[in-house]
Amino acid sequence: MDDAGADAMTWIRAHLADILIRLAAVAALVGFWWWATARAQSLFFPTPDTVFEAVWNDWLTNMGESWRENFWPSLKRLLLGFGLAAFLSVVIGVAIGRSRKFGDYVEPIIHFIRAIPPPAFLPLFIILLGIGDLQKVVLIAIGVFPPILLNTIDGVRSIDPQQFDTAEVFQIGKVRRVTHVILPAAAPKIFAGLRISMSIAVILMVISELFAATDGLGFRILQSSRQFKYVELWAGIVVLGVVGTVLNGLLLLVERRVLRWRVN
Amino acid sequence: MESELTMDPSEALLRADDLHHTYGAGTPEEHVALGGISFSVNQGEFVSIVGPSGCGKTTLMRCVSGLMRPTSGSVSMDGEVISAVPSDLTLVFQDYSRSLYPWLRVADNVDFPLKDAGLPRSERDARVAQALADVHLTGHETKYPRQLSGGMQQRVAIARALAYRPSMLLMDEPYASVDAQTRASLEDMLLEVWERRKKTVLFVTHDIDESVYLADRVLVLSGAPSHVMADIKVDIPRPRDQIETKATPEFVELRAEVARLIRSAGLRDHPPGADEA
Repeated sequence: MDDAGADAMTWIRAHLADILIRLAAVAALVGFWWWATARAQSLFFPTPDTVFEAVWNDWLTNMGESWRENFWPSLKRLLLGFGLAAFLSVVIGVAIGRSRKFGDYVEPIIHFIRAIPPPAFLPLFIILLGIGDLQKVVLIAIGVFPPILLNTIDGVRSIDPQQFDTAEVFQIGKVRRVTHVILPAAAPKIFAGLRISMSIAVILMVISELFAATDGLGFRILQSSRQFKYVELWAGIVVLGVVGTVLNGLLLLVERRVLRWRVN
Repeated sequence: MESELTMDPSEALLRADDLHHTYGAGTPEEHVALGGISFSVNQGEFVSIVGPSGCGKTTLMRCVSGLMRPTSGSVSMDGEVISAVPSDLTLVFQDYSRSLYPWLRVADNVDFPLKDAGLPRSERDARVAQALADVHLTGHETKYPRQLSGGMQQRVAIARALAYRPSMLLMDEPYASVDAQTRASLEDMLLEVWERRKKTVLFVTHDIDESVYLADRVLVLSGAPSHVMADIKVDIPRPRDQIETKATPEFVELRAEVARLIRSAGLRDHPPGADEA
């Protein structure tokens, strides 16, 4: 623990200028926001202090309720859709990446699906799947799978053939060839796909909650707007920004851990 | 062609019989790489194969290791014709940076094939430790390949092959991409290990000095379509020494003989652009 603390201190010291510049940039943005909104005196553009106050009062002081009504429903949909799509696209991606023929058959289909903006599916899914979680999870999964799938295929195809020769020389079994050779070798590309997909997942989560929803983060923003509560509307947008940042940060942490063998 | 009876089959661990290989047969790019190669390697022997560039050394190694089927001819180990990579043989590739798994630490790279061999943990640990000691890499177990120099990475690849404990080690120009000093120390390390662990080695190189310095026997290949031009016995006492041995008249004479053969092969058939990767 002491070591970690000392490490953190040396890290902070080494990057002090960097950290200060970043904090200054954030401060400058909030400062400009405050200055502009204070001058404008507009109902639609509240000053940052009132927005942060609303974040504190409406979201954080009654976290239990916010969690139940907004965070959890949204995160559940997002993680289910993202996880499901990620799992399936990696499995299918490895199969396509390893078989040129299979790839030739299905790749045009994937490219076509990718060309469709995912929100276009929303009305259809509402009819087919109802207005519950299933419809939202499927929408997120549909939007998320093409980048992961295409990146996985690309990653698997660009594996050096010598790594397969090596596995063959050492009689590595079929299963371990997939789990211990193909997946780690394709992991950098797979993670690139996951990062793109995470942003898409957050977008689709919000969109799906703007239609036919009764809870979630997107729903709460819509509700604030319908009730002309513009401060709360802005507070909801800020909260969504934080949620997206945290999700991307977590993914990046996982990536750094999994890909720690790479040159930084 | 040569009947199996004329060679003494009792001691031959590995035999190649009349190997032919043609790339792109029937197309305009048709290239005959192997034009009938036969040789045998006895148990415990160190044999090197040397030949002009583009003579199909890599093709030969892929056929001999079982990674590739020759167009015709056969390779047998312990008297059995092989159809895939035999478990009692392993191949050390030229390009260590591509054959090591960069996501595995040094010890895990060496251990990787042992898990599939179904060995118990304690046995695996012992083998990994011994193999790394044999190549003088004790203390580097937890490093990633990228943290090591080229010569050290190739030693990891050799340790991985040793820990697998095959009777036969095939080495495909393993030292072609390291500098001269590193190469000399890797050669001596290999001789040390070969003697200590009683391996049989088939070592492919394009370096004439290396082929003579290491081997009991040097097979000289002609240019493509290649065949064995000469099978030269190296009667230089061991242990050998990089400076002393290379200054002896026997060594100088043998290397000149091999060099002459390769030059004549290069002059006789030097198809431009026939370089084979």
